[in-house]
Amino acid sequence: MVETKEFKVVGTRPIRPDGIDKVTGRAQYGADIKLQGLLYGKVLRSPHAHARIVSIDTSAAEKLPGVKAVITGRDFPAASNETVHAGEGMVNFSYLSENIMAQTRALYHGHVIAAIAAVDIHTAEEALKLIKVEYEVLPAVIDVLQAMREDSLVVLNELRTDELGEKGTKPTNIASHGRHDLGDVDKAFADAAVIVEREFVTGTVHQGYIEPQNGTALWSMDGSITTWTSTQSAWDERREISEVLKVPLAMVRVIPMEIGGGFGGKLNVYLEPLAAALSRKAGHQPVKLTMGRDEVLKATGPTSASAMRVKMGTDKNGKIVAAYAWMAYEAGAFPGSPVGAGAAVIFGPYRFENARIDYYDVIVNKPKAQAYRAPGGTNAAYAAEVVVNDLAAKLGIDPLEMRLLNGARKGDRRVDGPTYGPIAYLETIEAIKSSAHYNSPKPAPSRPGNKVGRGVASGYWGNWDGRSSASAVINSDGRVSYLEGSTDIGGLRASLAMQLAETIGLNYEDIRPMMGDTQTVGFNDATGGSRSTYGSGMVAHALGKKIIVEMQKHAASLWDVQPEQVNVVRDVYSCGDKSITFKELAGRLDESGGPISVSVSMDTKGALPTFATQVVDIEVDVETGKLQVLRYTAAQDVGRAIHPSYVEGQIQGGVAQGLGWAMHEEYVYDKDGHLMNASLLDYRMPTALDLPMIETILVEVPNPNHPFGVKGVGEVPIVPPAGAVANAICDAVGVRMNVLPMNPRNVLKAMGVL
Amino acid sequence: MSRKISVSATINGQETEFLCEPRQSLLEVLRDVLSLTGAKEGCNNGNCGACSVLLDGVLVNSCLVLGVETQGRSVTTVEGLAGDELHPLQQQFLENAALQCGVCTPGFLVASKALLEKNPNPTEHDVRFFLAGNLCRCTGYDKIVKAVLAAAEEMRAQA
Repeated sequence: MVETKEFKVVGTRPIRPDGIDKVTGRAQYGADIKLQGLLYGKVLRSPHAHARIVSIDTSAAEKLPGVKAVITGRDFPAASNETVHAGEGMVNFSYLSENIMAQTRALYHGHVIAAIAAVDIHTAEEALKLIKVEYEVLPAVIDVLQAMREDSLVVLNELRTDELGEKGTKPTNIASHGRHDLGDVDKAFADAAVIVEREFVTGTVHQGYIEPQNGTALWSMDGSITTWTSTQSAWDERREISEVLKVPLAMVRVIPMEIGGGFGGKLNVYLEPLAAALSRKAGHQPVKLTMGRDEVLKATGPTSASAMRVKMGTDKNGKIVAAYAWMAYEAGAFPGSPVGAGAAVIFGPYRFENARIDYYDVIVNKPKAQAYRAPGGTNAAYAAEVVVNDLAAKLGIDPLEMRLLNGARKGDRRVDGPTYGPIAYLETIEAIKSSAHYNSPKPAPSRPGNKVGRGVASGYWGNWDGRSSASAVINSDGRVSYLEGSTDIGGLRASLAMQLAETIGLNYEDIRPMMGDTQTVGFNDATGGSRSTYGSGMVAHALGKKIIVEMQKHAASLWDVQPEQVNVVRDVYSCGDKSITFKELAGRLDESGGPISVSVSMDTKGALPTFATQVVDIEVDVETGKLQVLRYTAAQDVGRAIHPSYVEGQIQGGVAQGLGWAMHEEYVYDKDGHLMNASLLDYRMPTALDLPMIETILVEVPNPNHPFGVKGVGEVPIVPPAGAVANAICDAVGVRMNVLPMNPRNVLKAMGVL
Repeated sequence: MSRKISVSATINGQETEFLCEPRQSLLEVLRDVLSLTGAKEGCNNGNCGACSVLLDGVLVNSCLVLGVETQGRSVTTVEGLAGDELHPLQQQFLENAALQCGVCTPGFLVASKALLEKNPNPTEHDVRFFLAGNLCRCTGYDKIVKAVLAAAEEMRAQA
């Protein structure tokens, strides 16, 4: 049930509780940890995209003074072949283990071959050079369409296609082929008045968090492992370490440090099991591993390159009657691209009765694809949003009217199965339609000859709820110590403390929140799927309700009445003519029954999908093909904004990442599969100079399933930007783009100049 | 292992002596030798700005300066910005929610301080141009730019 009273805390913009530590440099991120006797490690990585490891000789490295431990695949036990849900996707422990440390085959440029711990980082680096590895280099498969060909070299010999649920018999790079079907799509296309069919290809991109992966571990003599690390999901990480190193679950403690961005890329482990294995071999001394930026780009993330074909048909009035998509996503070296999520996103904003999606998960010699903010969504929506605008143009319908006509609403069944509950997509279209931006003329180009275009696009994201836990203690000064377990990656402690304060009628400043670890607080799913403000917020509310019940008991004890006779209005507890505030009562706990601490664990339900509609003005330099974003407005259904500044921030950040993906970010490989742009100079993320202010419109349609009406907000804003930019380019220069990124070369190619 | 050298420098206003190897960067010295972990390593090759510090008042990437180069010089890090109270930039970053994960924040604060010392009345474009060497992946820069402009206004009013 949604709380409908007037809020005192929810909707305000207080300063975050971890703020001062973060602006003074005092906050401790993963790489900042120091421990007694700490050793420093480095990792040796494959210089080849695809090779058989013939032999590894570590003897010279082991003899270098200062080296304390060297490990290779021989130090890793065989992990189980079990596949479980972790983070935002499925994880197979055997492949996870092989991704952490290669066994007999190097499957991508940067795959870990060995690791070293030494007294300092420079000694570890020197020792790396002394490891001799003999490789038998194999040809690399680095393109999704090439990998799908019958005659392609097969990357994983043991792999058989999961073909619509049946296991195939032949070695292949196609890990799976799935299909969603609704109605009779062939007949519907035959009857359609207008049909558009287009093909798209998109490049590999990276999450681009500024803090590289790190992991510090101590494998104690008592058999326990403790890790200090930057993770979006301490409990998934604990499970993964336990499975990969064959240590009982409760013997692993994961202590999440402050985290410098993740965007889905810090849901799985890379370094922590290596650090632990090194720690054991180095006589149970703690070992810190940190990645350089080149290692981050070569071996973590990225998200999938893809090839797609989208076909949509309408009746003569513009109503969509049929939709088809063929989608192939690169999984990297192990199965598990986000193509399934992409297949949910691609037609998510639209209603129709006939549709089919064929989607493929494809192995290539690249790092294992990981979740990236609305995983698989941006490239999928790019394809669909270009086609929808093309249809609108052919029909002579305004693109926003086209979306209003065909926009999904409550009760519509998606092609991938679910039927929509109380969603609010159309409201985001209306918000853009009535925005200052959409009702202003397009800006003039910055120099004569350049063209300015305006484009719109929409996006869907499913959102997650999941399991959360928290606990609280009432202090005698009336303040509440609040321990929560979801990773705070961008203001979560503030938004959760606000929900707890609102529930128990205290001020925000009276809540003292902190993040727990796997040993100090109950189970929490990942901070991913836009779930934490939703699910952990629901737990904060339940925690508050429990605190109120306990406080009622104490007030009743003071007054010698029954707890149910005690009325509670905000922070005032009363019975007849007696009344006491929360703070006063907190000071009298000892005379009314003793201290209060409460905890709550919940498997939360009821997350709702959310939608975004965005408009952009783009200037195209017709001589160079360079794009400049002149103006951007993003409308989004946010349910209810607990802390509006951080909701705006999520939207602005998601849009910025989407614009980077749209305009310049891409992995560049040579033909042998070497990553050629593994630096932040050459992997070109947006700078402050590339972007304008990003205007936001918060559409608040509360989620009836959440006590404060929350809907996840973090992911959907990255979904529309690429489509919006493409549609703006079309408006400016009249060509429909079909490739990401839309960098100068690709824009000039599309314009027929190159 | 190479021999360590004794270096004297002024770190955040404090005369400091430390030992470091000639190959250690200033970033390493700050973080590992002096335990000033406010400056962050994001790339270690001068592209992200997370390790920004002032060297004799000039904005540098501390990953591109050797520790021994600070001999006789003055270094200001994010830890040196606040006195008894937060610097206006720090306060405005908090009030404008100009950080999400916060790992780029120390670099942005130091770079913004360098900007405002040179140009107390910057335009939005001036801010964006000057801060283009500092990458942020969370905020889309919108609230960072607003925070810097707000701090500039506050500092002009105080001057």
